Amino acid sequence: MSATAAMEVNAEARRILAVSISKLYASRTQRGGLRLHRSLLLSLVMRSARDIYHSSRENEGPSCAQPTPEEPMDTGSNPGELTGLPEPQPEPQPALNSAELASEEPDSAEEDSDSEITEDKENLSPTRQSRKRRGKASAAPDFLPSKRARLEPGEERYAAPLGSCRAGAGESLTALSLNRVIPAF
Amino acid sequence: RLAGIVRPGGDMQWCFSQVKGAIDDDVAEADIISTVEFNHTGELLATGDKGGRVVIFQQEIENKNQPQFRSEYNVYSTFQSHEPEFDYLKSLEIEEKINKIRWLPQKNAAQFLLSTNDKTIKLWKISERDKRPEGYNLKEDDGRFKDPNNITSLRVPVLIPMDLMVEASPRRVFANAHTYHINSISVNSDNETYLSADDLRINLWHLEITDRSFNIVDIKPANMEELTEVITAAEFHPHQCNTFVYSSSKGTIRLCDMRVSALCDKHSKLFEEPEDPSNRSFFSEIISSISDVKFSHNGRYMMTRDYLSVKIWDLNMESRPVETYQVHEYLRSKLCSLYENDCIFDKFECCWNGNDSVVMTGSYNNFFRMFDRGQRRDVTLEASRENSKPMQVLKPRKVCAGGKRKKDEISVDSLDFNKKILHTAWHPQDNIIAVATTNNLYIFQDKVN
Repeated sequence: MSATAAMEVNAEARRILAVSISKLYASRTQRGGLRLHRSLLLSLVMRSARDIYHSSRENEGPSCAQPTPEEPMDTGSNPGELTGLPEPQPEPQPALNSAELASEEPDSAEEDSDSEITEDKENLSPTRQSRKRRGKASAAPDFLPSKRARLEPGEERYAAPLGSCRAGAGESLTALSLNRVIPAF
Repeated sequence: RLAGIVRPGGDMQWCFSQVKGAIDDDVAEADIISTVEFNHTGELLATGDKGGRVVIFQQEIENKNQPQFRSEYNVYSTFQSHEPEFDYLKSLEIEEKINKIRWLPQKNAAQFLLSTNDKTIKLWKISERDKRPEGYNLKEDDGRFKDPNNITSLRVPVLIPMDLMVEASPRRVFANAHTYHINSISVNSDNETYLSADDLRINLWHLEITDRSFNIVDIKPANMEELTEVITAAEFHPHQCNTFVYSSSKGTIRLCDMRVSALCDKHSKLFEEPEDPSNRSFFSEIISSISDVKFSHNGRYMMTRDYLSVKIWDLNMESRPVETYQVHEYLRSKLCSLYENDCIFDKFECCWNGNDSVVMTGSYNNFFRMFDRGQRRDVTLEASRENSKPMQVLKPRKVCAGGKRKKDEISVDSLDFNKKILHTAWHPQDNIIAVATTNNLYIFQDKVN
């Protein structure tokens, strides 16, 4: 693939990822709760776009403007999906209907993307997977919306205590495994 | 009486008959029609809407001697089937929108239908009352109790005629059996059981029993991260009470036989067409998701609807459909825009005519499409207020996919994607169709000379 074609594909993939993520966020406030079918389809599109995005970034190679190489991707360790649906709590198989239903509607996929990584991100040695942003390469992709909470009128923003943040979404994207390669169209 | 869309000597013509619903362009969300269904004789036509209401229209039985004037459908009964609910355990609102209505075959004077929202199915009895009792001994006609000391004689109460009153009452409520959102209900040919399907499970109910159901399909993976497909529609076979099908978001249909085992996770047949690699895109998976599956009346075929096409499958051939009809192939190059405006998630339904010779489905711009299987002809028609003069013949419409637009053609970019026809129904025995636009119900019939 030529460099320009790769960049076009990259831009398209990024746009689709951005649109998909905003749809995922929006579906959290939908009446009737998260729709499993829709969430699944969104995650499939996002996965295709993510794969294309990363493979086209690799193809950019020497023409890439990034000063440092990307962190190596962790393949094979986790068969889970990128923005798959979070772990539900155990629920009884209804042969008889019970009045109690276990809570298992899917929450935001974003919040749970970390839970799918089998490696223990909390206790990693700092040299391997640092949460510190080391420059452009490990910065969150620019298509992601800000993770800062939306302020209600009258609220002020305070500095977050150190060590309380989860890994940025950008690092999640690079760290999660690619269990499927979608052939570029 | 039934024919395809092409008659010897020319195309069949469809005429406007009636339109129901508000005229103004400002559509109240509660009025959005979410399901349309004729009963087994076609005399009754039910619609459900986003506000949880059911409206039933009845075809008047006048003018039987004048076949060119088919009787009109008038409102027969309106009732609130479902109300919004709140699931406190999950902090989720449960929408009152009616997802599906299915009629039961008529067994006595009353009519019965099943209506469902995302979580609860209800059996409604619709009955007529045209007489009322008068002349009670112990109470006055207005209901006040008489003083027993003043009663000196006895009389037999009589039934006197009154204005027809149609009452709808909920006879059964089938609740708490679905963790996910119900997408289908289907009455079995045994007239005793029915199935309900959500994203991951299908349950079998007895119409008389509300406190339990059998789970007959469960595709929920042990680990939800491994979820790759969901159930999108399910239907019982019209004659074989042991057979049902369910479609998936991956474009497959599974036929199951309930005699084989209690849990029908293993299908008897798997219908799947290999994907065309040249059509691969970001959105291939979304557009292959099946939005509706319907058996033919004769039970030998089934029809599936995915985003761009309608496919007819022979139940004896699993490898590929026997017929494929493109509904709006010109949208294939617009999938990215349709993804952005959410239209790619629209779930179109499809239906057969009474003798299975023609199939129909909806599209955008208030267009709907009919495919005549025998004649290999298809037509695009439009449901609009502009073409709503009594008995006005509908002119076939054409979409210009590219290049030079001919007169009377409409270009793809001019299509109104907010005007979508998701729900259509065909009278089981006659050439009368009901087509739902966003908030209006159009009734068309073929032109009888």
